[in-house]
Amino acid sequence: MNSNTKRLGVQTVRMQNPPKIITTYSMVGPKEGEGPLGQYFHEVVKDDTLGKESYEKAESELFYQTVIKAIESANLKQEDINYIFAGDLLNQLTSTCFAARNINIPFFGLFGACSTMTESLSLAAMMIDGGFADYTIAATVSHFSSSERQFRFPLEYGSVRRPTSQWTVTGAGAMILGKEGNFPEVTYVTTGLVKDYGIKDSNNMGAAMAPAAVDTIVKHLEDTGRGEKYYDAIVTGDLGKVGKEITLQLLEKQGYNIRDIYYDCGDLIFDDEKQGTNSGGSGCGCSASVACSYFYGKLMNKEIKKILLISTGALMSPTSTQQGESIPGIAHAVAIEFNSNGGEK
Amino acid sequence: MEYLSAFIVGGLICVIGQIILDTTKLTPANILVTFLLIGVVLGAFGIYDKLIEIGGAGASVPLPSFGNSLAKGVMKAVDEKGIAGILTGGIEGTASGITASVFFGYLVAVFFNPKTKS
Repeated sequence: MNSNTKRLGVQTVRMQNPPKIITTYSMVGPKEGEGPLGQYFHEVVKDDTLGKESYEKAESELFYQTVIKAIESANLKQEDINYIFAGDLLNQLTSTCFAARNINIPFFGLFGACSTMTESLSLAAMMIDGGFADYTIAATVSHFSSSERQFRFPLEYGSVRRPTSQWTVTGAGAMILGKEGNFPEVTYVTTGLVKDYGIKDSNNMGAAMAPAAVDTIVKHLEDTGRGEKYYDAIVTGDLGKVGKEITLQLLEKQGYNIRDIYYDCGDLIFDDEKQGTNSGGSGCGCSASVACSYFYGKLMNKEIKKILLISTGALMSPTSTQQGESIPGIAHAVAIEFNSNGGEK
Repeated sequence: MEYLSAFIVGGLICVIGQIILDTTKLTPANILVTFLLIGVVLGAFGIYDKLIEIGGAGASVPLPSFGNSLAKGVMKAVDEKGIAGILTGGIEGTASGITASVFFGYLVAVFFNPKTKS
């Protein structure tokens, strides 16, 4: 193999000139705003319809506003940005595709279920490091009410939620990546394998996704030769209470103890007891909005310097669920680092 | 006394549903259909009417009562029209319930919009 290769181990790539996350923007719904992370989001909308006549349109609008505001806050114009990588949870990615009608940036639509934040971030970073772009955007959105009726039950139907159920986050997050400036850098990308351990219960997605998260974390640490203590924070996307505990236990079995530095965005975003969310948040807007606000903020404030972000996705569709298929899981890891010189030391 | 027995009979039917929901992987739709079919069987043997005598609305409002009406409708139609009643009786016996659900469902859809759960 070429000695200049950026490949590392089996599933990881190293950025030669680490792209910088120059700005982020996050927007969430009222329930997320009332949660423990409420003060960290850039914007909390009061009305989760955003004045639109359907929740699908509201989700699309949420995505549009998040992307436009991210571009504005970076003092850039749409023409400056070469690619946008984005996705959502709805069939045929309508939320992002429809919003992209009004965005003048070449568009790659991605479906990685709730893993789309790190999937889009991986590709956005690789595109810049590969020399194909100066600026890229990685963004995702999800909406509780549109997901609820696509994946679970109609909103009008008074079904009882199970204790392991998670609450789809109404939220969007966008990251703008560039080459210049003193900002947190994307240093490594570990792309996950699809893992299926036969879980069929769409009310227990944390358990379906946890093995995929564990696999990607272990592969990342092996490929990079980094110990788990290298990171100040290892953050999964939306495993929720149940999946978080499974992840910790599976990692301990493999000899990794990350209990002190491990966080899950789905576990952080809601106060499950007070807010009645049962097993935490989910949805691709979950890791997006939390990573773009809370964790990006901590990096900028130098409270933490090295974070491994692993968005986790449950790759089922309403049709596959009805046909009794199990739920495959996926997880993609992105290392984001911010040292005094901007990147990896 | 009437209220109490309605509460107990209706409550017991709901408790059975809740236990199934909590302890099995059956979805609410599975349970709905199961309850309806149980109502049909109990209705066919005349057991469900005895339950309504004891529990009143506590037994006639929950879903098995719809199954009961289906069964009774079929039996009545078979007595009157013969074998064709197997096909026609069920809907005849439950026509009021079906029409009411379509009508009120439509009304609700016209006047209200779905809202995010809190």
